[in-house]
Amino acid sequence: MNAKDNFLKVKHLYNRAGFGISYPDLQKLSRKNIDKVVDGLLKKSKNDDNITLVNDVESKRQLLAQAGLYSKKDLTDEEKKMRQDIVRMQNEVSRDLNIGWVSKMINTDAPLKEKMTLFWHGHFACRSNNPYFAQQLNNIQRENGLGSFKTLLVEVSKSPAMLQYLNNQQNRKGRPNENFARELMELFTLGRGNYSEQDIKESARSFTGWQYDKDGGFIFRPNLHDDGTKTFFGKIGNFQGENIIDIILEKPETSQFIARKVYKFFVNDNPNEEQVKELATHFYNSKYDISELMKKMFTSDWFYAPENVGTKIKSPAEFLVGLSREFYVTYNKPQVLIQLQSSLGQYLFNPPNVAGWPGGQSWIDSSSLMLRMRIPSLVLNDGEIDFSGKADPEDEAVIALSRAGTNNANASIKPKSYVNANADWPKFLDTLPKGLTPLELTEFLLQPKLNDKIIKMVSDNKGLRSTSVEITSLPEYQLC
Amino acid sequence: MNRRNFLRNTGFVAAGSLFVPAFMKPLEAMALDELSLYKNLVVVQLSGGNDGLNTVIPFGNDIYYQKRKSIAIQPDQVIKLNDMQGLNPNMAALQEIYDQGWMTIINDVGYPNPDRSHFRSMDIWQTGSDSNQFLSTGWIGRYLDSNCQTCKFPYTAIEVDDSLSLALKGQTKKGIALKDPAALFRNTNDPFFKTMIQNDKEHLDEDNLGYLYKTMIETSSSASYIQNTSKVYQSKATYPNTGFSNQLKTVSKFISSGLKTRVYYVSLSGFDTHVNQTNQQGNLLKQYSEGMAAFLKDLKANNKLEDTLVITFSEFGRRVEQNASNGTDHGTANNMFVFGGRLQKKGIYNPAPNLGDLDTGDLKYQLDFRQVYGTILDKWLDVNNADILNKKFNTLDFI
Repeated sequence: MNAKDNFLKVKHLYNRAGFGISYPDLQKLSRKNIDKVVDGLLKKSKNDDNITLVNDVESKRQLLAQAGLYSKKDLTDEEKKMRQDIVRMQNEVSRDLNIGWVSKMINTDAPLKEKMTLFWHGHFACRSNNPYFAQQLNNIQRENGLGSFKTLLVEVSKSPAMLQYLNNQQNRKGRPNENFARELMELFTLGRGNYSEQDIKESARSFTGWQYDKDGGFIFRPNLHDDGTKTFFGKIGNFQGENIIDIILEKPETSQFIARKVYKFFVNDNPNEEQVKELATHFYNSKYDISELMKKMFTSDWFYAPENVGTKIKSPAEFLVGLSREFYVTYNKPQVLIQLQSSLGQYLFNPPNVAGWPGGQSWIDSSSLMLRMRIPSLVLNDGEIDFSGKADPEDEAVIALSRAGTNNANASIKPKSYVNANADWPKFLDTLPKGLTPLELTEFLLQPKLNDKIIKMVSDNKGLRSTSVEITSLPEYQLC
Repeated sequence: MNRRNFLRNTGFVAAGSLFVPAFMKPLEAMALDELSLYKNLVVVQLSGGNDGLNTVIPFGNDIYYQKRKSIAIQPDQVIKLNDMQGLNPNMAALQEIYDQGWMTIINDVGYPNPDRSHFRSMDIWQTGSDSNQFLSTGWIGRYLDSNCQTCKFPYTAIEVDDSLSLALKGQTKKGIALKDPAALFRNTNDPFFKTMIQNDKEHLDEDNLGYLYKTMIETSSSASYIQNTSKVYQSKATYPNTGFSNQLKTVSKFISSGLKTRVYYVSLSGFDTHVNQTNQQGNLLKQYSEGMAAFLKDLKANNKLEDTLVITFSEFGRRVEQNASNGTDHGTANNMFVFGGRLQKKGIYNPAPNLGDLDTGDLKYQLDFRQVYGTILDKWLDVNNADILNKKFNTLDFI
């Protein structure tokens, strides 16, 4: 085992399976065999650490109150105010939840677990105005992210957030709503072209009666369920939702679809179909054990092949979390994290649609790249923000209210604002070995191979701190 | 932060000479006079779901007044266009524009199986997808991708904003978002940035790193081109002092200085008027109309109105019946506006919404929004709309 090789391997693994690695951890782990390092990542993911930021007692109270207000035709002024207050509280808590998860990714000691949660967050993409539902779904994706894909799929399908988002709440006997049934196959399991319109119809019938109740829990309502005979992929029976999921999982296409998506997220935007097949077979034979799939991938030689190292464009979440982790950044106004996510095109908990974020080169356009290259100086050097970003369409109602009476919508003159974050430079510099040169630091911080220009650029540098700001502002830092 | 410095506390000096291979050739080296007849499209997005029925008011229809007891605009306040429809009184600035024959109103534009979520419906309008289809590219982005004769420059589409909308993102090409050409120019001329794009051969593969460098080079070239072309132009027109008007003023400056951009994109938000709609919407419509009137007159004064087509859309209209909070909830079909100096069919394009024939309380659409896009793509941007919209849409005759 070549020590230098292993150093690079571990660094690559932690960039893809996590959000980067600190120098001392890297040195320590480099002495181990890579299989052991992978085992270590999986083992650390076994601890329970759900997000419990949204208060469930308060949320249930709000749910009940909301249900009561919805069913009324004419509301008193007091009731109207109550309804508005609930919406305002929910928006506030939703932002807290977002920041809470980003902070968790920044501070976690189980990076693979959060990375998997991020992966499933994009795969089972969902929006919910209700932060309690959003937190529930996020926890389902975290708890089961490395477990059984079947359990994950069933739990997601039963989550109020998804039932609401894909209209299964309206899917009833005699009046089917096919939204969930369609996305279940098109986006969550089989992929386009592997099912017929008839399969969607029969699947939708099988999921009738899957709902959530006033308390925000899953409930099966037999009186809304179509208990007639259904024909699904040639099988005939009085199917319920679980039966449909079982039949879908029997089809190897599901394992291929998931393996390809995992490959594109963790290995390369352009999948090597042979390697995808290898993963899919292993996944299928392991009865959809996600840990087995990940282990197989992270221990394959091709995972460490040059074409797969330093060649993926970081998602905005990976970029922001990685930078913040590396330099022990604390945000004094954490709201800015939302502004940054939104300006960079990945506002967590708010995917563009049920297909999730397209990823890859679609993250980058001239403005998002310019912003990415400026963020390190904003975050690490306390630079001034001179961008405002777009409003999320779901926030339009808030904008409408706040603009009433003002003439200055979109006014361009604003007070100066700053990210107002602190990097813990002493701590960061302390993690680096004595006598580390700017060039060696550059090699550590960047995943792509260094070219002459960068080598030349840092060769005259004196300080490690200024080198860090420069290096993280390079286009090369956008890759992992 | 000193905006001139891309990075604070770093002392970079640009060095080395420019070496750029053919496929990354900067724009300066391309012939810019390849195009003679120049036509611009300006897309104005009203975000939040503008209430079309209180924008173009069907004052000739009693149902309107029955369904909107407390928020209907009374006939004596309406700016009447014919005996059925008229404009919201806050849109007085557009009356002159309408009378000049520079405005067309298209009623009931929508799509099958409409979605009531802001996000999803905006997604559908920006990508031009069906309601059960998910596209990751926008309709203007795919126009850029089509690599047509008139759309090969990276600054072919400009959004006057800090970040780029999906509408302008293609698979291989994307528009540019900028609020202030001078600021982008400064940023791309910072020594650190300059040093970065002084290329060596290593970056020039068509892989992700190559893509990042290509984007930087194009941004820099475009920023120089836009700044150098537009900086000499001084508009004499006065615009209202609102953010929306400022965006239009920037667009006018670009058009009038002869920028070879085909598509401009601006937006005005705040139209999600569930509560106490009248003042909020009135205020926004006033900003919209006064800004548009100033913009169109400015173009006219510069002889550019003939070469410019402006469209306005919102992601959906609102329900016909008002809600209990003196507002309106999310609906479906909506009106679109078209402006320009060369409209074939001026005024009101098609019949007013039929308020007596609703789909569970919502307007039925008469025209698919992709027919409007398709018309513009075919007749104004000179491409085949089927190549951009993934299937052929019948065109209309407003241009």
